[in-house]
Amino acid sequence: MNEQQPPGARYRLWPPHPRALAGLGATGLVLAGVAGAFAYTGGFLSPGKLTQSRFIDRFQALNGVHPGFRRNHAKGVCVTGSFASNGAGTRLSRAAVFAPGSVPVIGRFAVGIGKPFMPDNETEVRSLALSFRPAGGEEWRTGINDIPAFPVRTPEAFYELMGASAADPATGKPDPARMQAFLAAHPESAHALGLIRARPFSTGFANASYNSLDAFRFVNAGGISTPVRWTLAAVDPYVAQTPAPDAPRDPNYLFDALIARMQQAPLQYRLVVTIGRPGDPTNDATQPWPADRERVEVGTLTLDHVEAEGPGNCRDINYDPLVLPDGIAPSDDPLLSARSAAYSVSFTRRAGEEKTPSQVQVPETQTPSAQAPVTPSDTGKGS
Amino acid sequence: MTAQRFPAFSRLLHWLMAAMILAMLFIGIGMVASLADYHWLLSIHRPLGVAILVLVAVRLVNRQINPPPPLPADMPAHLRIAAHASHGLLYALMFAVPLVGWAMLSAARYPIVLYGAWQLPPILPQNDMFYAWLRSAHTVLALALFAVFLAHLAAALTHAFVFRDGVFQSMASVRRAKA
Ligand code: HEM
Ligand code: HEM
Ligand code: HEM
Repeated sequence: MNEQQPPGARYRLWPPHPRALAGLGATGLVLAGVAGAFAYTGGFLSPGKLTQSRFIDRFQALNGVHPGFRRNHAKGVCVTGSFASNGAGTRLSRAAVFAPGSVPVIGRFAVGIGKPFMPDNETEVRSLALSFRPAGGEEWRTGINDIPAFPVRTPEAFYELMGASAADPATGKPDPARMQAFLAAHPESAHALGLIRARPFSTGFANASYNSLDAFRFVNAGGISTPVRWTLAAVDPYVAQTPAPDAPRDPNYLFDALIARMQQAPLQYRLVVTIGRPGDPTNDATQPWPADRERVEVGTLTLDHVEAEGPGNCRDINYDPLVLPDGIAPSDDPLLSARSAAYSVSFTRRAGEEKTPSQVQVPETQTPSAQAPVTPSDTGKGS
Repeated sequence: MTAQRFPAFSRLLHWLMAAMILAMLFIGIGMVASLADYHWLLSIHRPLGVAILVLVAVRLVNRQINPPPPLPADMPAHLRIAAHASHGLLYALMFAVPLVGWAMLSAARYPIVLYGAWQLPPILPQNDMFYAWLRSAHTVLALALFAVFLAHLAAALTHAFVFRDGVFQSMASVRRAKA
C-alpha cells in the first residue's frame, strides 16, 4: 500500500470509504449465498418437500402421539434366541451370519399400526423385527411383515395413502372417494392390496411367515451380487384366521397366544432366500417375484425367550432395514432409504420421551422352562 | 507491509479441512431432509466425519510444531481477541461435532460402520436418553460450527477486501514465498 497512513488506520471503518463499502457488500453477498445454499439444502426453503420429519408428523397426525412408542408398529413384545446357519448362504453372501454356526438374535413381534393400545382384533399386519449379531460387531437388522406384497411402491405413495385413509373430520371415518382416487392413481397399489386380501392372515404370530418385501443384494466373497428377497417361514403350520375375530375378546389375544406358545416350546422359522432373475423388479415392493424363482434355505431361527419391552432390550433398538453387514447391500428399491430415514426420526423422537409400560406384559410364571432364557446381556455386546 | 504466511503444511490442512467441513455441513443438513439421498449421504457422512476428527488432532499437533504467523502489529485489540476466540471455537467444534456423532451412535447401539466391514467400537454404553440428548447436541453444535464458519468467512473476506492487511494472503496465497 502506497498511501501514508497512521498504524491501524486500515482497520477503521468510519468514516466509510467507498472501497471499504464495496468490500463489505461483496462479503455480504458471499455470505448470503452460502447461508442461502445451506438453507436450501436443508429443505427450509421448500415447505412442500416430503422429508422424514414430515413423514413421521403424518404418522402422528393419524395415530396420535404416544410418547416413548414407535410411530408405527407401536404395540410389540421382545424376543431373543439364535440363528443356526447351515452354510448354504455363503455362496450368495459373504456376510458372517451365513457362515455355518450359530449367532445370537434379538427380535420383536409387533402389529403394524402406530397405536400402542389398539386391541389386537382391530389390527391386521403382523411383523417380526430381527437383529442378528455375529461375533465381530457387525450386525444385520431386518423388519419383515406377514403380507405377500407392500401396498405402495414409493415413499410418496405411502404418504398419499396415509392421507387418503385418514378419518374425515366430518364423519370420523375415512372418505371412500379419496381412497378410490388414490387407487385410481396407483394401480400398482390396487393390485398389491388385492394380493394382500386374497390370503387370510394366520391365526397368530407363531404360524405366520414374514417377508422382506423390499429387495436387497447379496454380495459373495467373489464380489458377485445377486438380487434377493427373504422370508422367515414358520415351522408351525399355517392356519387361516377365518372369519376375522371380532371384539371384545382379550384385547391382547395375539400376543398372549404368542407368549403361551413360547412357554411350551421354542418357536422356529426357516430363513429362505429367494433369488431374483434378471428382469425381476428390485425397485417395486408391490410386485412379488414369480413363484418359480429359486429358493435357498440358509438356516433356522429359534426364538426361546420372550419379555416385555423395557430399557435396553428390543424397545431401544431401531430396526433400520439398512443396518446391514458387509455382504448384504440395498437394492434400488426407493422404500429402503426412505425407511431408514423415517425410522431414524421415529427412533430419535421416542428415545427422548418418557416411557409408559407396553400393553403387552409377560407374566413372571410364563418364562419358558424348556430352555435357559437367553437375555440380551448374554447374547450381545453392551445391551 | 504484508503479514507472514502460514507454513505450507498448515495451509494444506486448512484448505483440505475447510472443504471437508463445509461438505459435511451440507451433507448433514441435506441428508436429514431427504428420503431418497439419506442412506448414501449418511454412509459418506460417518467416515468423512471421522476423518475430520483424525485430521483436527493432526492439525493441533502441527500447530505446536509450526506456529501460525503473528497477526499484523497494528491490528486493534478487539479484532485480535475476536480472531483468537473464533479460531479457538472452530477448533473446539471441529473436535466436538464428530465426537458427539460417534458418541450418539454408540448410545443408540448402532454399529458405527465406516466402510464395508470396517467399523468403530462404541464409546458409550447403550442408553436411549443419552442418545436423544447427544443427537440434539450434534445438531446444535453443527449449526454453531456453521455460524462460526460464516463469521470466519466474513472476517477472512473483510481482511481481503476491506482491511487489505495480508491476513487473507497468509492463508490463501499459493505462490512461493517471496525471498
Ligand atoms: C416408506 C415406507 C415405510 C415407512 C415410512 C415406514 C415407517 C415405519 C416406522 C416409522 C416404524 C417405526 C420405527 C421405529 O420407531 O423403530 C416402522 C416399523 C416397522 N416397519 Fe415400516 N415403514 C415403511 C415401509 C415398510 C416396509 C416395506 C416394511 C416391510 C417389511 C416395513 C416393516 C416394518 C416393520 C417390521 C416394523 C417394526 C420394527 C420393529 O418392531 O421395531 N415397513 N415403519
Ligand atoms: C472457505 C472459506 C475460508 C476462508 C476464506 C478461510 C480463511 C482463513 C484465513 C485467512 C485464516 C488465517 C487467519 C490468521 O491469520 O490467523 C484462517 C485461519 C483459520 N481457519 Fe479458515 N478459512 C475458511 C474456512 C475455514 C473452515 C471451514 C474452517 C473450519 C471450521 C476454518 C478454520 C480455521 C482455523 C481454525 C484457523 C486458525 C488457524 C490457526 O491459527 O491454527 N477455516 N482461515
Ligand atoms: C465435522 C464433522 C461433522 C459435521 C459438520 C456434522 C454435521 C451434521 C449435521 C449438520 C447434521 C444434521 C443435523 C440436523 O439437522 O439434525 C448431522 C447429522 C448426523 N450426523 Fe453428523 N456431522 C459430523 C460428524 C459426524 C460423525 C463423525 C458421525 C458419526 C460417526 C455423524 C453422524 C451423524 C448422524 C447419524 C446424523 C443424523 C442422522 C439422523 O438423525 O437420521 N456425524 N451431522
